[in-house]
Amino acid sequence: MHFVVCIKQVPEKTDVKINPETNTLIREGVESIVNPFDTYAIEEALRLKERVGGTVTAISMGPPQAEAVLREAISMGVDTGILISDRAFAGSDTWATSYTLSQAIKKLDDVDVILCGKQASDGDTAQVGPGIATHLDLPQITYVRKIEEIEAGRIVGERLLETGYEVIESSLPCLLTVVKEINEPRLPSLKGKMAARKAEIATWTAAQLDCDPAKLGLDGSPTKVVKIFTPPPRGGGEMLTGDADEVVPQLIEKLKAIVVGGAA
Amino acid sequence: MSDDPIKVSDETCVGCQLCVKACPFNAISMDDKLAVIDLTQCTLCGACVPACKFDAITMRESTKAAADFSAYKDVWVFAEQDDGVIQSVTYELLGEGRQLADDLGMQLCAILLGSGMEAQAQDLIARGAEKVYLVDQPELTYFQDEPYAAVISELVLRHQPNVLLCGATTVGRSVVSRVAIATGAGLTADCTGLAIDPDTKDLLQTRPAFGGNIMATIQSPHTRPQMATVRHKVFKEAEPDSARTGEVLLQEIDKALLASRTKRLSFVPEEDNIVNIAEADYVIGGGRGMGSPEHFDILHELAEVLGGGVSASRAAVDANWIAYSHQVGQTGKTVCPKIYIACGISGQIQHLAGMSSSDVIIAINKDPDAPIFSVATVGIVGDVFEIVPRLTAELRKVLGK
Ligand SMILES: Cc1cc2nc3c(=O)[nH]c(=O)nc-3n(C[C@H](O)[C@H](O)[C@H](O)COP(=O)(O)OP(=O)(O)OC[C@H]3O[C@@H](n4cnc5c(N)ncnc54)[C@H](O)[C@@H]3O)c2cc1C
Ligand SMILES: Nc1ncnc2c1ncn2[C@@H]1O[C@H](COP(=O)(O)O)[C@@H](O)[C@H]1O
Repeated sequence: MHFVVCIKQVPEKTDVKINPETNTLIREGVESIVNPFDTYAIEEALRLKERVGGTVTAISMGPPQAEAVLREAISMGVDTGILISDRAFAGSDTWATSYTLSQAIKKLDDVDVILCGKQASDGDTAQVGPGIATHLDLPQITYVRKIEEIEAGRIVGERLLETGYEVIESSLPCLLTVVKEINEPRLPSLKGKMAARKAEIATWTAAQLDCDPAKLGLDGSPTKVVKIFTPPPRGGGEMLTGDADEVVPQLIEKLKAIVVGGAA
Repeated sequence: MSDDPIKVSDETCVGCQLCVKACPFNAISMDDKLAVIDLTQCTLCGACVPACKFDAITMRESTKAAADFSAYKDVWVFAEQDDGVIQSVTYELLGEGRQLADDLGMQLCAILLGSGMEAQAQDLIARGAEKVYLVDQPELTYFQDEPYAAVISELVLRHQPNVLLCGATTVGRSVVSRVAIATGAGLTADCTGLAIDPDTKDLLQTRPAFGGNIMATIQSPHTRPQMATVRHKVFKEAEPDSARTGEVLLQEIDKALLASRTKRLSFVPEEDNIVNIAEADYVIGGGRGMGSPEHFDILHELAEVLGGGVSASRAAVDANWIAYSHQVGQTGKTVCPKIYIACGISGQIQHLAGMSSSDVIIAINKDPDAPIFSVATVGIVGDVFEIVPRLTAELRKVLGK
């Protein structure tokens, strides 16, 4: 079977600091990593390949330096990495991103399962996975915490819900988005690291994807960021000290005031 | 190929670096006294444009033609039901949707999918919906991605709402992402603020980014409907009023839309998860400081007295003290209760990302320098094992339980 994993490069920490004078983000020295959720998608693709045989292709849309996440995927055992990169993609929102990725996936042969992370840690939208499925007219199972069965043309997975999980069967091809609970991602092996160093990573540009330019980048993105600002600092910050006999009654009084006065 | 969406004029740029300072994304650097924008980092937020005193930066508008949106009417709320029970986030959306509809001079409508949903439709009217578009079919008894997305997309194309709101739940996020693609609409995830721009009448959608370190306001100026998923507990529920009247519009749909390539084989409720923390008004969080799974019992007791749920940091989940579905934070759930009580949680940024928008945060930690105190409304430096049981006992008295 052919497994395709969509991976995104994100800043290592969301802990971007804010410069109080200029009110801007300080992101110097922030390393880029594979979106944490996508490492579970990579691992699951590798496990599925181990179960039923086949190949795993990782694709990432991003700047040239996003090649690094594809090499990391290869070091874990992914067979091929493809970078989707073009200036024409600048300004893509989730609509344009999922369109672009779906056009790339169309070029791949006989795809059975597409795996995405639950969401990206920078944008947190969880929209790109279902977006790709819709562009490709495929069924989806989102928030997958376990693959129970996989065989030709059929997969059974468990979807994590707020109050439990449901067992869902889908025909193949199908798109999955996975949660952290699904597995424990492996560390790269020495052999994998060597393969990653040597691997040829193809770059596909807009011209190679047979895209409608009106659906790319800024023009293909219905949403537009109109303002960026720092959230107001949290108020209060009162500290209670003393032993439990002293602080608990004080806390109770505060809770009463909060509950009666309506939450701040 | 269209040209770059943002440009610096090499004639007017003097190399003053004001734009470099203004860029929240570090996308601008100086190359021999000329500002250079790294398009791969740039999000086109526009912060640099007014910052430039020399008008050297210009941002191209999307080439989408300004369309005529006069046919797009009303504010729609997707009414999420689980086993016939309307989810509370729906009532919150009806509360906020009322305000938006009034600001737009439009009607507030709900869209409800399920089977045998007549009573639920009336409930939505009591909560303020003037119209309920109801699709009542056995295939829609419970949520399934494809038929739900197909039916909602069909209704959107048929009736052309101006705004479509949906809870940022597992169901909401899964389905509306498909609807946005199918109908060519803009969708903003996980909003915590909504407003109507008084001039353009566009929906201004505010959401946290980078784990809540910054906020972004997003608009979809060239497409309709304007779609957003909205976090739990951000808006107040619309109160029911049985005197309200409205219409239930039963919708005929093509059976082909009900086809699904996925099938639910079973649903397994999680035993120790009676309370959905994403919806709870009170959430008690336990971290590594709890020391062992048994010690979570004191948190469950406190939660029970308050009628709330128990959450955990990743450290506690990784130690297998509690199931992953209780994890709050960047790789877990986002909660926004009235009161969050963090017990033995240090308050690393990844945990804060999931709870820092709670109305009130109470933190109990032995370490006076724990970062959790920087977001706490009330901080208590002390031992959870001394404080929590006493707090539970006192609350029992106060609440008469
Ligand atoms: C990619 C990534 C994603 C992550 N996602 C998440 C996430 O979603 N959610 C999350 O929570 N974390 C997440 N983390 C982990 C996060 O960085 C922290 O490691 C974690 O939140 C720490 O949990 P903790 O506060 O329980 O433990 P610790 O940091 O060990 O803190 C325990 C605290 O308990 C206090 N304490 C100990 N004993 C007592 C006592 N008797 N009474 C009172 N206080 C006591 C200590 O003073 C200490 O402050 C993520 C990390 C990474 C790298
Ligand atoms: N630029 C990208 N390249 C490859 N995959 C992506 C990209 N953006 C998002 N994805 C995939 O879509 C998932 C959800 O991302 P998001 O909708 O941005 O939260 C991620 O976990 C990835 O699997």
